[in-house]
Amino acid sequence: MLTDFFILMKQELVITVIIFILLLLKIGTDMSNESFINLTNGLLLLNLVAGFVGSQSGTLFDGMFLTNPLIVLEKNILSLGTLIVSLQSADWLKRHDHVSEFYILLLCTLLGMFFMISAGNLLMFYVGLELSSIPMAAMANFDLAKKKSSEAAMKFIISSAFASGLLLFGISLVYGATGTLSFSELSLQITGAPLQIFAFVLLLAGFAFKISVVPFHLWTADVYEGAPVAVTSWLSVISKGSVLFVFVAVLNSVFRSLTDTWYNMLFVLSVLTILIGNLFAIRQNNFKRFLAFSSIAQIGFILVGITGSPNYAITSVVYFVLVYVFSNLAAFGVVALVSAVTGREQVSDYKGFYKTNPVLSWVLTIALFSLAGVPPTAGFFGKFFLLLSGAGKGNYVLIVIAALNMIISFYYYLRIVKAIFMDANEQPIEKLSIPAYPRLAMIICVAGIIVTGLAGYLYDYIYALTYRL
Amino acid sequence: MSLSILILLPLITAIALLLCKGLKPVRLVALSGAVVQLIGVLILFFYYWQQRAAGNTDAMLFVEDHVWFAQLNIHYHIGVDGISIAMILLTAFVTVAGILVSWSMEKLNKEFFFLLVLLSLGAYGFFISLDLFTLFFFLEVAVIPKFLLIGIWGSGKKEYSAMKLALMLMGGSALVFVGLAGVYYNTQTVDGAHTFDLIQLAQLHIPEAVQKLFFPFAFIGFGIFTALFPFHTWVPDGHSSAPTAASMFLAGISMKLGGYGCLRVAQIMPDAAQYYSWIIILLATIAIIYGAFATMMQTDLKYINAYSSVSHCGFVLLGIGMLTKTAMMGAVMQMVSHGLMTALFFAAIGMLYNRTHTRQVAQLGGLLKVMPFITTVFVIAGLCSLGLPGLSGFAAEVTVLMGAWEKADAWYRLATILACASIVVTAVYILRAMGKVIMGPLQVEGGATITLTDADWNEKAAAAILIIGIVAIGMAPFWLTVLINH
Repeated sequence: MLTDFFILMKQELVITVIIFILLLLKIGTDMSNESFINLTNGLLLLNLVAGFVGSQSGTLFDGMFLTNPLIVLEKNILSLGTLIVSLQSADWLKRHDHVSEFYILLLCTLLGMFFMISAGNLLMFYVGLELSSIPMAAMANFDLAKKKSSEAAMKFIISSAFASGLLLFGISLVYGATGTLSFSELSLQITGAPLQIFAFVLLLAGFAFKISVVPFHLWTADVYEGAPVAVTSWLSVISKGSVLFVFVAVLNSVFRSLTDTWYNMLFVLSVLTILIGNLFAIRQNNFKRFLAFSSIAQIGFILVGITGSPNYAITSVVYFVLVYVFSNLAAFGVVALVSAVTGREQVSDYKGFYKTNPVLSWVLTIALFSLAGVPPTAGFFGKFFLLLSGAGKGNYVLIVIAALNMIISFYYYLRIVKAIFMDANEQPIEKLSIPAYPRLAMIICVAGIIVTGLAGYLYDYIYALTYRL
Repeated sequence: MSLSILILLPLITAIALLLCKGLKPVRLVALSGAVVQLIGVLILFFYYWQQRAAGNTDAMLFVEDHVWFAQLNIHYHIGVDGISIAMILLTAFVTVAGILVSWSMEKLNKEFFFLLVLLSLGAYGFFISLDLFTLFFFLEVAVIPKFLLIGIWGSGKKEYSAMKLALMLMGGSALVFVGLAGVYYNTQTVDGAHTFDLIQLAQLHIPEAVQKLFFPFAFIGFGIFTALFPFHTWVPDGHSSAPTAASMFLAGISMKLGGYGCLRVAQIMPDAAQYYSWIIILLATIAIIYGAFATMMQTDLKYINAYSSVSHCGFVLLGIGMLTKTAMMGAVMQMVSHGLMTALFFAAIGMLYNRTHTRQVAQLGGLLKVMPFITTVFVIAGLCSLGLPGLSGFAAEVTVLMGAWEKADAWYRLATILACASIVVTAVYILRAMGKVIMGPLQVEGGATITLTDADWNEKAAAAILIIGIVAIGMAPFWLTVLINH
């Protein structure tokens, strides 16, 4: 029993231990920022490696906590993203007074996500979700001197509380309608009674808030703009990724019998999300806002993938999130570096960027191409499989709309590439030196962007994991 | 010999380019890569010829098949038939010529040659793909280099043209994607799996309703790449804004991706091709005539060639739309012929422009006296374009028209006659432009102080390579017809 406990919860335990180590170090020693960052990065690397050792399926605490190889993989993807974010923010954190607090908050949210992904019960899910979102508000406020940062935190906490309220209401209705909160029992109890559908709609709205699906996306752009870049990238990739993992799993397990109902809802939501995300992204001038709207559009494409048949939906979503971790973090990495050194965050600042910073330009360009879905980057494969998964349902209207929207998204990504390579600028961003950690993060991201797609083995591996469920 | 070398070689060249510094090593690496590739393609051609002569009747030769995404039944599946060989030959010739023409490219030379090589890689991969997924993959690989080539090294309203081209071609691929997905999900192989495999799809009978629904997506998608009317508008802007080598690649190789794609689509969905044949013919005929008349009104040499490309690519679609064996063969010949001819034309225009700094017909005159070589090249390209017997244009267009005449229906006859008549218009604009530019008193407006020199060795070599191809097809078209027909 005890060994089971250690093996099945190994990732959560490792994170908890790291949190405690950091706390003790903060209290007991007087480490410099730099050595603290070095140590934490080492621990995060250790955490990532530990994630790959020995994965088993099983449940704990009477079905509250469950794990299987797919869930372990999902957690590993998040751990990888955490490591990359940490490497990228090293430069910014070095000059910050509260490094240890930042890492502790970061790891608390990660822990919350892990519990959320492993949840086998709506209560557990809710607790994990809260653990992952409340520290996030504190993180959004981490540019302590900036007003916008506080504003972002405030907006985030309010909208997140609202989403949690909806979720709780939905959960309570689910309990009222079925008398249970356990996923395995719920999947048998849900039959499509009106009350259950109402409860489902509330849950869906809660999820939609967290992954910023239109019309629940209004908080996204402001929070992204105000929060420090490290937090923004964390929010847009890791936080959304974790909720997506749960979302696609819950839809296909607990609410499997309502498939026809949620298919239509997702159809409408995905079309709206892609369209609104795309149209707003065209108009943005702040790079972080731009990435916010482009990430909304990406979520729309993911929803198209989710509408597919269960195994393909789960596979393509997990695969896409992995791709998205690399591509979006590569883009954020460059933006973070530029913003940390020069404080410039406008798209127009990037005019003539290639003349002064060819390497960073290529990294950013590759990242944008991957987000746009241009081969041979991984983004092409990710988008292709999402849309192919969606097409499996035979609803070609949705696929045509999504495919045509690819053109719009292409336009705004190319607009930035055009600024980088073709536009003249009298005051280009000066030549930046790339410190070791961000450089390492960029290498990981670019390698990931190139390898993830071409290595077909990965997709099949993920599919094999979903098939075993 | 492994066919993957065709993809690996440009890849190695591209990586080697990234490690080089300075114009001289860069262009040397690029050229040697392209020449080795050309030699490889010629060897492949002879091997292929031998195999066929020895009585090998497989649909595709030198097939390689590796599973890529097992769960989705996506394969890295490559192989060649005569049509692919013809297109690969074209690509190899144009690539070498394009690199030679850009010999003295100073601005960001490493990136320039890198993108050219990447573009050729996309084309090679596309022409040898036997799996629709890899086909689609390489189709898109070839789009982005064009955007950057035009946007960075182009002239005139280059950003606009680059964006227009990229978005329209992406629109084309989006439509192609829908077509592919539809075909994929609505067909099943013997063992019940979905497939992207071209050979299997051609053998399976795709249900007629499915064909009718998805043929337009795939065909129009590929059609956009080959200037299908009314989606041809990216062609004039893109071609005229692009730097010389990019124009050559664009018109010579990249537009052929679309034609080749349309051909394959018509092969896997024959019923729908039959059903929609009259629309294809209608659009192709409009493109031929409209393109020809639009060319008459142009004053810029690049625009003249770009619009005439719309007209000439109309012949490709006409040949495909007629669906007779001869016409289809003519379509392939026209693709090869037009690829070589238009690359030569753009090369000549580029050479003229480098020296005179103008492309306006009205501002040029009497250049034959000072630049005999370049103007001769220009004339050869022009004569090929208007279909002079002995050059490739004649052989190709005659084959298309003969194939078209096999369709006895009045509608097809009318289209054939109209297309045939457009050649007169072609003659008008070609002869008029040529007469003005090369004959008469010497005149270069706005550049009178420039000393005009004739072609350098690299330009001569580029032109010679393309002219060899044009004459080889024009004088002895039988080798190409035999190649395609096998």
